[in-house]
Amino acid sequence: MGLLSEKNKDVLFGPLSINNPVVVQMLGICSALAVTSKLEPAIVMGISVTAVVAFANVIISLIRNTIPNRIRIIVQLVVVAALVTIVSEVLKAYAYDVNKQLSVFVGLIITNCILMGRLEAFALGNGPWESFLDGIGNGLGYALILIIVGFFRELLGSGTLLGFQVIPQAFYELGYANNGLMILPPMALITIAVIIWVHRLKNKDLQEK
Amino acid sequence: MKALRNYLDKIKPNFEEGGKLAMFRSVFDGFETFLFVPNETSKSGVHIHDSIDSKRTMTVVIIALLPALLFGMYNVGYQHNLAIGSDPGFLMTFIYGFLAVLPKIIVSYVVGLGIEFTVAQWRNEEIQEGFLVSGILIPMIVPVDTPLWMIAVATAFAVIFAKEVFGGTGYNIFNVALVTRAFLFFAYPAAMSGDQVWVRTADTFGLGAGQVVDGFSGATPLGQIATASLDSFQGVVNTIGQPISTCDYFLGLIPGSIGETSVLAILIGAVILLITGIASWKTMGSIFVGGAVMALIFNAIGSTVSMTVCPIDHWCLGGFAFGAVFMATDPVTSARTETGKYIYGFLVGAMAVIIRVLNPGYPEGMMLAILLMNVFAPLIDYYVVEANISRRLKRAIK
Repeated sequence: MGLLSEKNKDVLFGPLSINNPVVVQMLGICSALAVTSKLEPAIVMGISVTAVVAFANVIISLIRNTIPNRIRIIVQLVVVAALVTIVSEVLKAYAYDVNKQLSVFVGLIITNCILMGRLEAFALGNGPWESFLDGIGNGLGYALILIIVGFFRELLGSGTLLGFQVIPQAFYELGYANNGLMILPPMALITIAVIIWVHRLKNKDLQEK
Repeated sequence: MKALRNYLDKIKPNFEEGGKLAMFRSVFDGFETFLFVPNETSKSGVHIHDSIDSKRTMTVVIIALLPALLFGMYNVGYQHNLAIGSDPGFLMTFIYGFLAVLPKIIVSYVVGLGIEFTVAQWRNEEIQEGFLVSGILIPMIVPVDTPLWMIAVATAFAVIFAKEVFGGTGYNIFNVALVTRAFLFFAYPAAMSGDQVWVRTADTFGLGAGQVVDGFSGATPLGQIATASLDSFQGVVNTIGQPISTCDYFLGLIPGSIGETSVLAILIGAVILLITGIASWKTMGSIFVGGAVMALIFNAIGSTVSMTVCPIDHWCLGGFAFGAVFMATDPVTSARTETGKYIYGFLVGAMAVIIRVLNPGYPEGMMLAILLMNVFAPLIDYYVVEANISRRLKRAIK
């Protein structure tokens, strides 16, 4: 089996669209609402979750045969907690401002449904390499949605992208105003709903009967 | 009428299956049933044969709204003239207001009906007529200085996300016009609240230009009440600082959203709606009762200026009467059971006064109260029906 066989490609790229953790499996919605009012925290959050899912998947996959079945959740939590702490410390050291914007949500990666879902559903039954690809794929699928939502919320809500003014001053002088509702959580939910709408429109087999 | 009928009959084949313009069938159908009562009524069975359908219902509501709309137009001009200290006479005052309001009505209808027509074409359905009323309500519940593009954005948002995604007219949970206003209120607070937006001080299409007089303030009575402190409050004043009283609130020559200021004009509309049986007097009446009860409770406490506002003033100020008559009685979003209507109405009135009095950020609470109770209307109906079932069950078991 090659490093990127057909099956592994599915594992890696499936979660980006057809099996997306946010818009198809409806996991990790709360953090998607909470951290996406600006693009920068959305990107950092996406990267953090990708790193944690990928490495947690690898570690659990390596020790999957030695974990007693009855205490596996605790073992998973310990591994995830350790990784989240590392990510949190790295962010504090190198990206303090973003870390402050993300506030508790870095720590709350531990409760992100995507993590436990992937560990339970995939890492416990597959080898380390596949599990790594699965973690990267799901993390990126999550990050993708966060970035799309963050892009629209920051653009329409603040007129900036990554902190830079994108909408020219001339627009404001003509009477344009930022949409304050985009900053509030309800519009994150509606933005995700629109993404789901477009996504289902393109993937007919995902539509509920 | 005969000529119109003949013309419609002449062009009808074009729109039928296989005709040249078959793809626009729903548009044609929409106009035809708007102009004439459709022929396809049931011929047998126990149905009541009546020409009132939802298009006719909507038309009656629009007629009921006209007094408030016309008065609102006049009031826009009146407030403007007060602000610039001129008096060009009744006709020019009205024309000024008419020109200020007309673009809003056009934008609201073009955007809303445009989306409705597109969706109907896309799904190959009949055009639903629900927007006829929403389209005239939207310009009536916004301040006169709201930019047109904001109304367009908010209308599009409300029609798509409050109505079409739920399945169109008759399936919406929230009142579409109020969702439009709520969207504007939260997205563009600077254009929807404060002292600057209620009175147009600039000219409209070159008409009525002038300098704002000294001592001008565009705050609405509710805005003044919400920001006043109990020790120094001298009473509500109009835009140029003259004191006004309940009688002025009732007649409606005060700053506010376009259609909501005159309780007199709204009362005419209410009478039309009640006589034709389109709105429920139970909902309407219990809203006023709920507001009054809550206001009396606050009067007893009386520790801020807004708590001392008497029930009659609560009824006459802001959008209370307008919401009670035209918004809360919307048959789609209000409670449908007869007992439920009392509960729903009472809670709307009480909630509106609670928001007005206790939340200094929102001087007006009617919009949020109705939207909140829209959510609870199905729940109220459910429990009313359940209670009825268990009561009858008890009777049967005995």
